[in-house]
Formats: sequence, structure tokens, C-alpha cells
Amino acid sequence: MDKIIEVNNLKFSFKTYGGVVQSVRGISFDVCEGEIIGIVGESGCGKSVTAQSLIRLNPEPPGFFEDGSIIYKGKDITKMSEKELRTIRGVEIGFIFQDPMTSLNPTMKIGKQIEEIFVQRKLYDKSQIKEKALEILKLVGISDGERRYNQYPHELSGGMKQRVMIAIALVGQPSVVIADEPTTSLDVTIEAQILDLLKDLQKKTKTSIILITHDLGVIAKMCDRVLVMYGGKIVERGTVDDIFYNTKHPYTSGLLGSIASLETEKDVELSPIEGTPPDLFSPPPGCPFAARCEYAMEVCYKKMPPEYELSEDHKTVCWLQHEYAPDIKLPCKNREKSEVL
Amino acid sequence: MGKYIIKRLGISLATILVLVTVVFILVRLMPGDPFTSDKMTPEIKANLEKYYGFDKPLIEQYFTYLKNLLKGDLGYSMKYKNQTVNKIIEDSFPFSFDLGIRSLVFGISFGLVFGITAALNRGKKLDFISIVIAIIGTSVPDFIMGALLQYFFGIKWGLFPVAQYLGFKHTILPAIAVGFYTLAQVSRLMRASMLEVVQQDYIKTAKSKGISSFRVTYKHQIRNAIMPVVTVLGPTVAAVLTGTFVIESIFAIPGMGKFYVQSVQNLDYSIVLGMTVFYGAFLVIANMIVDILYGLIDPRIRIAGK
Repeated sequence: MDKIIEVNNLKFSFKTYGGVVQSVRGISFDVCEGEIIGIVGESGCGKSVTAQSLIRLNPEPPGFFEDGSIIYKGKDITKMSEKELRTIRGVEIGFIFQDPMTSLNPTMKIGKQIEEIFVQRKLYDKSQIKEKALEILKLVGISDGERRYNQYPHELSGGMKQRVMIAIALVGQPSVVIADEPTTSLDVTIEAQILDLLKDLQKKTKTSIILITHDLGVIAKMCDRVLVMYGGKIVERGTVDDIFYNTKHPYTSGLLGSIASLETEKDVELSPIEGTPPDLFSPPPGCPFAARCEYAMEVCYKKMPPEYELSEDHKTVCWLQHEYAPDIKLPCKNREKSEVL
Repeated sequence: MGKYIIKRLGISLATILVLVTVVFILVRLMPGDPFTSDKMTPEIKANLEKYYGFDKPLIEQYFTYLKNLLKGDLGYSMKYKNQTVNKIIEDSFPFSFDLGIRSLVFGISFGLVFGITAALNRGKKLDFISIVIAIIGTSVPDFIMGALLQYFFGIKWGLFPVAQYLGFKHTILPAIAVGFYTLAQVSRLMRASMLEVVQQDYIKTAKSKGISSFRVTYKHQIRNAIMPVVTVLGPTVAAVLTGTFVIESIFAIPGMGKFYVQSVQNLDYSIVLGMTVFYGAFLVIANMIVDILYGLIDPRIRIAGK
């Protein structure tokens, strides 16, 4: 498969009154044509900043690229001017936001908000644009498009709004869609519908999707490959099966262990990961997870581990993979993927 | 929408009725009466009181007043001989109104422009300048502003006439003096509101569509930011249109303000009542228009009002 986006050693930070927050600290990954890649991690691990930096939606300033590149179709997005970026946003890379309640302009009709993508580029004439909008509304499962077209966001339910957000992201026929926690603010039944819709649309349009989430259930259901982020770094990456059945990083294992499932007995306590994420104002020199890791060794606090390659897809950044490290069996291997769904 | 307007109209009428009643009672609670003076003999006073109906019970006077009010008759002035209140308002209001409109246009348009410019250049020189202007506008009272304008533009540099209200040139200084406060208020509010809206998620959505930043500002930011400004406009419009007494007297403009203040000192019941009702009605109507405007700008309110 061809690579569409190549992210190399991306470092993105924010200048604040308290100092520089290093939100993303050197991550590399690529996105291939037609795949769904998941980025999972807890709040503040840098996953949203990563997603938004792909089309430069982070406010700059105070945000800035410290290092690295994002190559999209041969061009570096981190070096693009505002004008060049406009040719990418919407038509090349679409974006679905986390909260559909606040992500639609309350004073603008649904139809207009979908059509707006074409305003700047004269791709179609007026009557065609409306047709396009109605077509996409139908595609995202909004049946009475003609009526919805003239409605305002507050007249729609949360699930409907997220469908509209998806319509906005897809109407420009982008080759990549970034979905930043698209179902976090929806209830579980709607979440399932929206995920099905996304997967269905992905099959139809062959769009690549970068799915940001903190929910491993969503990952299991949707993704081909997964990146696990912690403290602004990618700590483990692999196929969904690698991550679920052959967990190699204690953080990933902790994440899997902290999920409740229907089979959990009611008096069995969940096992959360103790402690708090590292301070990104002054990140530790070693592994960011060391302070919370039950297997941490002396070296973990002092030096950042390299990325160990376990197979072509499966890689992890952890000293436990070193040849001198003790052989430790991480406890989550027997968790069934279906259990977390 | 129609039902909403009718409902608002009903509430407005009730408001005015309460206003009339309260002022009717309050004005009569003030010590003294309109006819007290050194030369007044008891006979003449009794005659006058009979002429104005003061010999009848208060409750009857009240209902007579309401009846006349319904016909639009505000009665005769008690100090200005043979002048009806209607006539006084008719003669003086156009000046106040004209001055008001001019200062509003000045204050609102410049206020919006300053506010938007300041927000878009946050932390830069233009932002700082607009803050200084706004501080001057809110902290310097209008009569000092008026006097300063007269001194510099009228006397020192001779650019504009110092007083009177005869042509366009005469209107500029008083309009600025009155409108400056509105300008300051509007620009501050608009700036704050713009900065709040720019952090909203839908601005990010708009950016993610690849539209120009001008369009993001114009179509998504300003329209949502203007709401709080519209809210304060109601009372401001009524206050400015019905005249600011001090500016009118500094610039020798024959507006309503002068009559209003003098009539309180003179205990001229009918002018006080008449002008209060007129002012009140104006305020209520201005607020109603603002509410309707609000609905036009924000569809959510339109639906809620149905």
C-alpha cells in the first residue's frame, strides 16, 4: 500500500506563561492508503495535538513545531503557508471533531455549513453544490436531507449533528479523514451507529482514517493498525491483534487491564494505572511511563529506551525488550478482544 | 414569530401601565405643588386646581389621565401657558432624535470597528489604542467631553461651530460627545465577545474546511460575537434617542432634555408624567426591537419564542 502521510520525528510544543509545554515529543508514523489507523492514549498524551497538527489547526502561536516534518503527497505540511494549507484542508484532509454539540456554527444552516467547503474553490456551480450537499447528507444516513438542509444545528440531535460533522469532513472527498474522538460525547448506542457509519463510508470511499480515541473498544472495532501514545511519545505500535494479544508495553497492558467488561464480577476491583502522567513542562529524561510502571528498572528512569522491532508492524519502546532485561510476562494476554467491545 | 411579537407587545403595554401608575403616585408625593409661588392667592390657586382637575379624588384623576392617555392626549403643561405636553414633545423631540440617531450611528459603527480590530490584533498596538479610547470613553463624562470638543475643535482650531443646531456641521461635535460612551461600551463588549467566540469549536471546524480567514471571521466569528452587543443596545438606544440633557444644554440644542429636567424642578406634573411615559414607551419599544433582532441573528432564540 502507498503511504499518504509520513510523519517524521514530529515535535510540537506550546509556549505558555509557565514555560514551554512539550505536547508531542518526536513521533514518527505513516498512514497508508485506505487503512484505518488508531491513536490511543489517555488525556494529555498528545494525541489530539498530533491530529490537529496534521492540518495545522493548533493555534500558532502559542503552539509551534520544534522539529520534524509531515509529508503529504510529497509536500511538507509544517512548512506550508496559510494559503497552501487552505488547498489541503477539507479537500485533501478532512477533520471530524470530538464534540458535535459545539463544533457546528449555531447561527448557520446545516446545508450552508456543508457547502462552505466549495465556496473558496470553484469546483462546481451553484445548483451542483446543493446537489452535492444533499447527496452527502443521504450518504451519512440523514434521510430527510431536503428538510435538514434548511435547519439549524440546535434542531438536530447529538447523533445527527455528528453525522453532519462527518458529512462536512467527507463532502470535499478527501483522501484522509482525521476523526478526533468522534464518539466520546455520544451515548453508547449512537456511538455504535456512528462507528458503523464511519467504517461503511471508509469502505465505500477508500478514504484513510486516522482515528483518535482513548477507548480501546473503538480501536478493536475499527482499526487496522494502532499507535499507543504516552507522554507525547508513541510507546507501542502494531496491528490490533498485536496490541490486544501480544502486548509488549506495560502501559498498553495497563490500559487493557483497566477496562471493565460485562464479564467482570461485581466485587472484583478494576485495576487502574496508579499515579499521574508526566509533567510535560519538564519531561523526565528516561521513559515517561517509568514512574508508574511496576516493572521499572534503574535504566528506565535515566535513559529513553529505543524502539524495539518485534515484527514488521509491531514495535515497542521499552527496556524490557533489551536482551539483558528480565523476562516478564505481561498479564493481559488472555483478554479477549471481543470482551472490551 | 407573530405570536411571539404579540406576546411581547402585551408585556410591553403592561410595563407602561405600571410605569404610569408609579410615576403618577410618586410625582404627587413630592413636597409642594405646581402652583406654589409668592404671588399666588388662595382663590387663583383654587381656580387653577379646579381647571386641572386637582379638586377631584386622586383615583378619579388617575383614571381620567389613563383615559386621555389612551387617546394619546398627555394634557396641558402647568408652567408653560397654553402649551400641551404633546406639542412640547412634538417640537423638541425631533432635535433629540436627530442627535440621537447621529450619535448612535457614530458610536455603534466605530465601536464595532474598533472592537473587531482590537480583537483581531490582540496584544498589538491597535489593541492598545482601542483600549485607551475605550477607557477615555467610559471614564470621561459627556459634558467634559462636550466642553473639550468645543474648546479644541470649535474655538482653538475653528473646525466646527461651537453651538446651536442648524446644519450638518453643527451636529458633528454633539454627536461625538453623546456617542463616545456608546462607542467605548460597544468596542469593549465586541472585543471581549470576539475573543470568546474565536475559541469556540465551530471556528476550528470552519478552519478545517479550508476557507479563508476573512470568511471565518466574517461568517462565523462576527455574527456569533455580536449577540451581547445587541443586548445592551436596547437601553442605550432609548437613552441616547430621547436626549441627553447636559449635551443639549451645552450645545444649545432645543431638545427634550431641557424640558424634562426643568419640569421636575417646577413640579410640572403633566410634563413629568408625559415625558416619562414617552421615554418609557421608547425604552420598551427599543427593547422589543432588540429582542426581535436577537431572534433574527440567533435562530435558537427564534424557536424558543414561538
